[in-house]
Amino acid sequence: MAKHGPGGIAGIWLDEHTVVKAAAKTRESGFVKFDAITPYPVHGMEEACGIKRSWIPYVTFGAGAVGLLSGLWLTWWTSAVDWPINVGGKPFFSLPAFIPVIFELTILFAALTSVGALFYVTKIPRLDPPNIDPDLTSHKFAIFIPENDIGYDESKIERFFKENGAVEVKKMAEY
Amino acid sequence: MIHRNKLVLGDKDLKDITEDICAPIEAYPSKGWLGLLTGALSILIFYVIILGIVIGKGIGLLGVNHPNAWGTMIVTFVFWIGIGHAGTLISAILFLFRQKWRTSVARTAEAMTVFAVMTAGLFPLLHTGRPWLDYWLFPYPNQRGPLWVNFRSPLLWDVFAVSTYATVSMVFWYVGLIPDFATIKDRAKNKIRRTVYGALSLGWRGTAKNWSHYEMLYLLLAGLSTPLVLSVHTIVSFDFAVSSLPGWHTTIFPPYFVAGAIFSGFAMVVTLMTLVRIGVPEFKNYITIDHMEVMNKIIMSTGLMVGYAYGSEFFIAWYSGNPYEKYVFFVSRAFGPYAWSYWTMITCNVLIPQVFWFKKARRSIPIMFVVSIFVNIGMWFERFVITITSLHRDFLPANWGNYAWSFYDGAILFGSFGMFLTLFLLYLRFFPAISIAEIKPVLPVGRESKGGTNG
Repeated sequence: MAKHGPGGIAGIWLDEHTVVKAAAKTRESGFVKFDAITPYPVHGMEEACGIKRSWIPYVTFGAGAVGLLSGLWLTWWTSAVDWPINVGGKPFFSLPAFIPVIFELTILFAALTSVGALFYVTKIPRLDPPNIDPDLTSHKFAIFIPENDIGYDESKIERFFKENGAVEVKKMAEY
Repeated sequence: MIHRNKLVLGDKDLKDITEDICAPIEAYPSKGWLGLLTGALSILIFYVIILGIVIGKGIGLLGVNHPNAWGTMIVTFVFWIGIGHAGTLISAILFLFRQKWRTSVARTAEAMTVFAVMTAGLFPLLHTGRPWLDYWLFPYPNQRGPLWVNFRSPLLWDVFAVSTYATVSMVFWYVGLIPDFATIKDRAKNKIRRTVYGALSLGWRGTAKNWSHYEMLYLLLAGLSTPLVLSVHTIVSFDFAVSSLPGWHTTIFPPYFVAGAIFSGFAMVVTLMTLVRIGVPEFKNYITIDHMEVMNKIIMSTGLMVGYAYGSEFFIAWYSGNPYEKYVFFVSRAFGPYAWSYWTMITCNVLIPQVFWFKKARRSIPIMFVVSIFVNIGMWFERFVITITSLHRDFLPANWGNYAWSFYDGAILFGSFGMFLTLFLLYLRFFPAISIAEIKPVLPVGRESKGGTNG
């Protein structure tokens, strides 16, 4: 199998608060490509790692707009253009009656595309990704610095992690 | 400051949470669970046979006739789809309102939504009488013109609403499950479990960047599901309200149906949660009496809303001065041949939930279980009352006739519970019944004395 990503060094923490502090310090030390791995979304971690606000809402809005226009087009084209049928004397293009269908298509497009965007940005689905520690989805926290990051120095990082409360430091061939 | 009760009892730490929630999945199934599953599966098999007969022989086996063209299929469809609404209310609307207590019940309530919608979805498809032609419900280019569906019909709106609702609630549920599947995969000691849950987790790793996008997506899905769930029962109510039949043709139907859906759904959540607490005693630390009490408060308040809607229908019938409206409510519904079903509905939905004015009743598991069962019964009867008592006597006395309830009506209603319970029991065994990743961040709630830590 192809290599998943660059190797590097990972530190493991047991407590939410110290890992957030350590992440902030990692960022202050000038690392830019590092990431924190946590079992659940940790408050303050985004600020500590300098992660920008997710761009998924723009996708949602765009997909919602496409869904709305598709619904509008579908109801209009089928009912007023392709085969207009007189139903109870109502206009061929009876917009108020089409709103429920247009609305549902807006929601459907927006929701499914947003999930697609998450899959795209988090690179899932993928088979058997490298795993630093199986407890990272349960009760441990980690910070991973890839070997291609600026100022990467194994022994320095190891010392830095230990000084900031890491209970374990692991060398990863790939992550 | 108002004191916050702990959301998780028993001084758990992060590891305990993972272990408690994974325990039912990793242990050998208990005898109780196997017994229940055998029972539910038997009912499901019975259901499949009955549906086979009804499809093979025709929908005439049910009590539908002239003038009661809508019967058990539609009544039970509305019943199950309504049940589903509480799951979305808990998972999406309470999430938007930052109600942290929702966390421990959200997963199971959402599962209930998905299974209830699956159970419900079969009924309109079978009600068409020729289910093998059900693809005609969707607008697709065809060789008959192409002849398109009629987008002005509420029945078609329903096709779009229910299928969108089913899709989006399943996706929402699955997105919530992804990190938890990763947890189970990482804990797995045997290869099969590791492979299966690894595939289900889609390779989730939980990096800070991933969580950032994930939380945003969760918020967006909650925001999209909220108007969606309100639209679904609104559109279901349009199936009735857009007609000109007295008893159906009312503007109160959309909010009345939505309130009723939440009412019945919460009753089903309480029924299931009391049973889950018995089945998995460790979950009592997560689904606490406080949680149950809050849900009982919602049952009582939505019950009052439903009661208000019942009263308002009578008032408007009188106030409109329309003789047909007045007849339906003051003669036919309250004192006609189906008066028993009307008064069953009033008793179960309006009177019995009033016991929740008392704190003791709200916090007593046996009492809330019994009340929730009554509400479930009452809400099935509400749909029966709306459908049958409006249809059986309309404008022309020559058109009058009673619904011919048959063995198959009862069998289909009974059997649908087999389908729902089988799915639900399998869920309890194979899926994490409480969100592992979502419950951990709410752990500090009520632990202010410890400095709000997770330890």
